[in-house]
Amino acid sequence: MTPLLQITNLRASIDDREILKGIDLTVNPGEVHAIMGPNGSGKSTLASVLAGREDYTVTGGSVLFQGKELLELSPEERSREGLFLAFQYPVEIPGVSTANFVKTAVNEVRKHRGEEPLEPAAFLALMRERMALVEMDPSFLQRSLNEGFSGGEKKRNEIFQMAMLDPVVAVLDETDSGLDIDALRIVASGVNALRRPNNATVVITHYQRLLDHIVPDFVHVLWNGRIVRSGDKSLALELEQRGYDWLKQEASVEA
Amino acid sequence: MDQQTVLDEVVSSEYKYGFTSNIEQELLPKGLNHDVIRFISAKKNEPEWMLEWRLKAYEQWLTMKEPTWPNVDYPPVDFQDIIYWAAPKKKPELNSLDEVDPEILATFEKLGIPLEEQKVLAGVAVDVVLDSVSVKTTFQEKLAELGIIFCPISEALETHPELVRKYIGTVVPTNDNFYSALNSAVFSDGSFVYIPKGVRCPIELSTYFRINARNTGQFERTLIIADEGSYVSYLEGCTAPQRDENQLHAAVVELIAHDRAEIKYSTVQNWFPGDKDGKGGIYNFVTKRGICAGVDSKISWTQVETGSAITWKYPSVILKGDNSIGEFYSVAVTNNKQQADTGTKMIHIGRNTRSRIVSKGISAGVSQNSYRGLVKVLPVAQGARNFSQCDSLLIGDACGAHTFPYLEVANSSAIVEHEATTSKIGEDMLFYCNQRGIDTEAAVALIVNGYAREVLNQLPMEFAVEAQKLLAISLEGSVG
Ligand SMILES: Nc1ncnc2c1ncn2[C@@H]1O[C@H](COP(=O)(O)OP(=O)(O)O)[C@@H](O)[C@H]1O
Ligand SMILES: [Mg+2]
Repeated sequence: MTPLLQITNLRASIDDREILKGIDLTVNPGEVHAIMGPNGSGKSTLASVLAGREDYTVTGGSVLFQGKELLELSPEERSREGLFLAFQYPVEIPGVSTANFVKTAVNEVRKHRGEEPLEPAAFLALMRERMALVEMDPSFLQRSLNEGFSGGEKKRNEIFQMAMLDPVVAVLDETDSGLDIDALRIVASGVNALRRPNNATVVITHYQRLLDHIVPDFVHVLWNGRIVRSGDKSLALELEQRGYDWLKQEASVEA
Repeated sequence: MDQQTVLDEVVSSEYKYGFTSNIEQELLPKGLNHDVIRFISAKKNEPEWMLEWRLKAYEQWLTMKEPTWPNVDYPPVDFQDIIYWAAPKKKPELNSLDEVDPEILATFEKLGIPLEEQKVLAGVAVDVVLDSVSVKTTFQEKLAELGIIFCPISEALETHPELVRKYIGTVVPTNDNFYSALNSAVFSDGSFVYIPKGVRCPIELSTYFRINARNTGQFERTLIIADEGSYVSYLEGCTAPQRDENQLHAAVVELIAHDRAEIKYSTVQNWFPGDKDGKGGIYNFVTKRGICAGVDSKISWTQVETGSAITWKYPSVILKGDNSIGEFYSVAVTNNKQQADTGTKMIHIGRNTRSRIVSKGISAGVSQNSYRGLVKVLPVAQGARNFSQCDSLLIGDACGAHTFPYLEVANSSAIVEHEATTSKIGEDMLFYCNQRGIDTEAAVALIVNGYAREVLNQLPMEFAVEAQKLLAISLEGSVG
């Protein structure tokens, strides 16, 4: 079985400052991985490097996506191949309706797969169906992308787009932060509804509470640019009780 | 007369950039004097009063100076180095496109706007201006049934001289500015439109302008009159072949709306902006003005400006009739070394007059994009209202956006609102689009069209689609 994502000794820096200091992570089909860790440990950086953000320089290591070299692809090619990033801070695009944006994105992916653009009616029906997954009102389709959306609405819109693009690997960067308990439940059930044996999800989060809803197969702790511990979901509970300091101390001793 | 010398070798030469079509041309030698104006007027069989009007404008022009206040920078224009007359040798009278010179059709094909296609475009009458003389007019018969006059202004001078004489120069006086004086002296051709009382023009009237003769300044003159209770929508669109010399274009457009009449004037302008170093682009110094002469009348300007090396253009409305409405919707794109100084003037005279200004500037490369707008409320303009929205969008760090709003309000009952924003297409926005499978070029097109949507929505449907593509093309390569 080819892993969907295989990260080996990945190193990345920004402005000559090394942020990722050798990450190893293997994600197989059907799995859910949680990445936890204190602020500033490099979680968003990892997500950005995977998605191909140019600000970061990859200084070493490799990433295989379904067996292919991911780092050689442009950000849009990575997306079309099936890598999705739900942004910690989704951007607003004035004047571009959510419907138009999503249609453009979906048609790019379809073109990449050699498929015809969807008929407008079929597309609208699909959008409505997928919006229902995250209990988003169809009126959002006509509104400018993310403009004037509340924090929770923006996060739901990310998951709606994920549902439309149907990725192979989805990386959710703190999709839970800023959500109240109801919104959290809605977002999580949307993500769960998209789980299949042939895709995988990487959930970046600070909090155990999201993992009550999206139950991970593996939990990793990222600190200071390295994965300092991996375990099953009980690790998340342990972190909840003990915090991160004990891990930091252990990691410092080992280093 | 040596002015009649035909410089055939100039016409038939090939150029380093772009192409020129081989339609037989008639050119005057370079330079401007009384004889040149007499020649032009005689060529067109104009009535004596028209010649005198031109000569008076020329005298005025001689005393005037080129304006220096626009925020643009270019080498001085040598007005004696311009050819003031160029026309296709034959001026055929044609009833169908099949009779058009195949050379002309080929030129349009190269430009990607085949006439054949235009003919099929349902509901669009096309008055093609190639160089200075109108070559083809379509849909005329249908319009004639309604009493609508839509023809080259040179033809109107022959068939309806009294109408031309009554209105020409009434909105833009010959001595209004340096370029309007020049245009009045030497204007070559342009469109004339008259919509009779109570008639709603059933089709979009459209004119494609082309600049197609080397070293030939273009001096178009357009006059549109909407009589009481009438309506007309007019679209002007331009493209030009690439060339390696600067070309001056100084058009004058005058609109007159009588009681309860409405004129909608839309422009999609994509003249050659010059190459990446700014070489060879068109200088576009235009005077466009309309008057809401009657009560409850309305004039609306919509422009999508993507071309020209230098643009200097302020489509304006004089709101004279009570309850009249003036609108200005503009998207101005500058890329590479383009410079644009554009905006509008809304002059409130009548009571309860309203005006609305929506200006969207988009700057990329090392271009400079200025909005310059005047809202003037005269003491008699009781209850005047204006709303202005001026937005600037920057692509990259090397371009400039400037806003110069002028307010002169002399009636305390006036309500004048001005809003302005400046935004940037940032890395974050582009990366977000990339992450959704949308490449940077497509992302810029998407973002820019979203930004300009309020203006594009004002265009007739089929032209809105064209304009959207044009915006994307104009900004190709501006990021990354
Ligand atoms: N664009 C950037 N410029 C400079 N430093 C950055 C940038 N992005 C991240 N960093 C730094 O990298 C480290 C990791 O940040 P980040 O990946 O956002 O952490 P996390 O998501 O785990 O909170 C932090 O010290 C942060 O300041
Ligand atoms: Mg983060």
